[in-house]
Amino acid sequence: MQVTLKVFRYNPEVDGKFRYETYTLEAEETDRILDLLEHVKGYHDGTLSFRRSCAHGVCGSDAMRINGRNMLACKALVRDVGDKITVEPLLGLKVTKDLIVDMEPFFDNYKKILPFFINDSPLPADGKERLQSPEQRARFDDSTKCILCAACTTSCPSFWASDDYFGPAALVTAHRFIFDSRDQAASERMHIVAETSGLARCHTAYNCTLACPREIPITKAIGELKMATLTGKLD
Amino acid sequence: MASIHQFDVVVVGAGGAGLMAGLYASRGAKTAVISKLYPTRSHTGAAQGGISAALGNYEEDKPEWHTYDTVKGSDYLGDQDAIEFMCNEAIDAVLELEHMGLPFDRTPEGRISQRPFGGHTNNVTGKPVRRAAHAADRTGHMILQTLYQQCLKNKVTFYDEYQVLDFLIVNGKAAGVVAVELSTGELHTFHAKAVIFATGGHGRIFEVTSNAYAYTGDGAAILLHRGLPLEDMEFFQFHPTGIYKLGILITEGVRGEGGILINGLGERFMPRYAPTVKDLASRDVISRAIYTEIREGRGVNGRNYVYLDVRPESVIKYAALDGRTNPDGTPYTITGEQVLAKLPDIIDFCRVYLGVDPITQMMPIQPTAHYTMGGIPTNKFGEVVSDSKNTVFPGLYAAGECACVSVHGANRLGTNSLLDLVVFGKHAGIKAAEYAKQVDFEKLPLDAEAGARSQFEAFRNGSGKENAFDISTEMKKVMFDEVGIYRTGAIMESAIDKVHELKERFKHVRVTDTGKIFNTELLNAWELGNMLDVAELVAVCALNRTESRGGHTREDYPERDDVNWLKHTLAWKQDGKVKIDYKPVVITKYQPKARVY
Repeated sequence: MQVTLKVFRYNPEVDGKFRYETYTLEAEETDRILDLLEHVKGYHDGTLSFRRSCAHGVCGSDAMRINGRNMLACKALVRDVGDKITVEPLLGLKVTKDLIVDMEPFFDNYKKILPFFINDSPLPADGKERLQSPEQRARFDDSTKCILCAACTTSCPSFWASDDYFGPAALVTAHRFIFDSRDQAASERMHIVAETSGLARCHTAYNCTLACPREIPITKAIGELKMATLTGKLD
Repeated sequence: MASIHQFDVVVVGAGGAGLMAGLYASRGAKTAVISKLYPTRSHTGAAQGGISAALGNYEEDKPEWHTYDTVKGSDYLGDQDAIEFMCNEAIDAVLELEHMGLPFDRTPEGRISQRPFGGHTNNVTGKPVRRAAHAADRTGHMILQTLYQQCLKNKVTFYDEYQVLDFLIVNGKAAGVVAVELSTGELHTFHAKAVIFATGGHGRIFEVTSNAYAYTGDGAAILLHRGLPLEDMEFFQFHPTGIYKLGILITEGVRGEGGILINGLGERFMPRYAPTVKDLASRDVISRAIYTEIREGRGVNGRNYVYLDVRPESVIKYAALDGRTNPDGTPYTITGEQVLAKLPDIIDFCRVYLGVDPITQMMPIQPTAHYTMGGIPTNKFGEVVSDSKNTVFPGLYAAGECACVSVHGANRLGTNSLLDLVVFGKHAGIKAAEYAKQVDFEKLPLDAEAGARSQFEAFRNGSGKENAFDISTEMKKVMFDEVGIYRTGAIMESAIDKVHELKERFKHVRVTDTGKIFNTELLNAWELGNMLDVAELVAVCALNRTESRGGHTREDYPERDDVNWLKHTLAWKQDGKVKIDYKPVVITKYQPKARVY
């Protein structure tokens, strides 16, 4: 089948402003949008730039807007998005070149919520694992799936308004640790996410949940954090 | 003005091995981790099924069994001292990950859950043993996240999206690396006492692969260009179950949970090839079996794929036939919900890419290029060795998939890669920091960036009559078709000719993007150069080894030949030609014998 691929282009070294370039390509229904971009780069315009690595939805490199929605280019197939395809960079982060955005504000926000396991108490006397029941483990299972692709955060109107909002991805990471029965820094993290840059900026637009390529129920996770700050309880 | 940074230890690559090395090196030395990706994009994150350790959380297991299984899995080419070392360290390594917060799945008692995996057995009964510690089917993702998080906690310095282009040698010792900052195109010199390469494998030289785009053999190629040898490059693992055509990995954990392989006749065929462990034989055995089925006309619809079946009714039926039981002795059963809970990503991949729901339908699969067994030769401390006498190259270390210790020999067991990168990443980090404390910086060469600059300049001056994508596509095809699972001398000779032709044509490639900001065209061309060099070595070493062993199957030499070939290959690039030498395999407890599953 024939598809038209309209691609956002911007090279600050050459272009005064962004433009769109349209390519007409032969494609299979099962082609990934990433395959189309690779083809364009190989045979139409080598300067087209985008990030990619695993090509099957687990590394989070190639989040972008496809027909207006945040998706991973390697997980969106032609049959899912149709034969008229528009590809644009994520919103809310500065465009560095073409489909590549500056990820630093995103990772800076991630780093603010203490994104690491904290438990300074002695290890079990037998030197083995800290025990955790399957139910306790299931409590934060969904939040462990995050690949930091930024699809959620850059779909969030509150983040568009101000990138000092931590954004959904950082809050999901906070959820991952706060609800981990082994972690001991929940109150510290709760304090951080309760700041003005945190939970209060979530207005449950639900965009994040719809955008997540890992199907993490993000709005629910943020809701649980909100509930915990109100009640002071984690169950 | 050149940018020069100075660190005691520089780690190249930020997957599991690089992060572990960075974490440990930074405890004793000023350390930087440089990666061409954001660390969380590294390919460790694609590992699915588990990390092995004889924890014995469900049933009896011991490091000696793990050691023997790994030696046998390697088809006796693995160095037994290194294998024993790794398997003994495995328990502490997995517990350390748990202590760092890694969210392993749990047993009812709250311990780390484990599942069976190919080639891992109870050495008394010969039956599969539950040795693979897992976090659903995203164990690698959780290792990568956890290690990155611990590096943040410990304030490890990162240079994200910097591509290392060159390794600096002064007075025969490591002196640093030169990298390009992708967002600006500027070159940076990292002056260091010790350099650890943890740059992953080179599966992208093959057409059908589970490997990330990033897997272009950069570290191996950089050292090859600087005159160092690579070890056992003929050994590449083809994982039996990749998604048909796409090559996306379907974890062995599917078979660990009871999945079986079915041919075009609807027949479970593995019992004919591996009567004891059947669908949980080691990967080389199963990949050959699948190809044999296909070649003998028993692929599905006459095509080159077979089915992987994890539908609960099939799992229960074959588990009953095999007499498989739960840890409490009751018959093994599974429900659709349990399959979904244990293998959520696999279900998702099949639904997205195939439109197939594995709970109710069988998955079309074919072997996919998966893992680089060979690589940069090291000893068990991660120190790079540069000749057949295992002479240590001062200040140079390697760990993870880019390294060849060798613990995987001719065939890696599933789950041993994650173990490898944690254990040897750690020891490389420790050793590098110790070394850095003892030595002074070597003086940098006058123009440290010259080597890196000249590599890029070549692409600006090519005639432009060749297209890099064409060359890449042709390389992947010839390597997959002619230096793949089944190999024969005459066909590989023609494959080598083809690779040489491609290398000539590659000189005519011209990068059209003249910019500095994220010049990914330039980067991809440079990576293709690495792949062509590595592919040449893979093919030449494969032609050279006139026996069949593990993942290296010669149709013209179908038997393993311990008299002539119980040895590692070392290959250098000298004056445009591949030079080959050998070194002995370390054998301690286990004399080679016939390998039957």
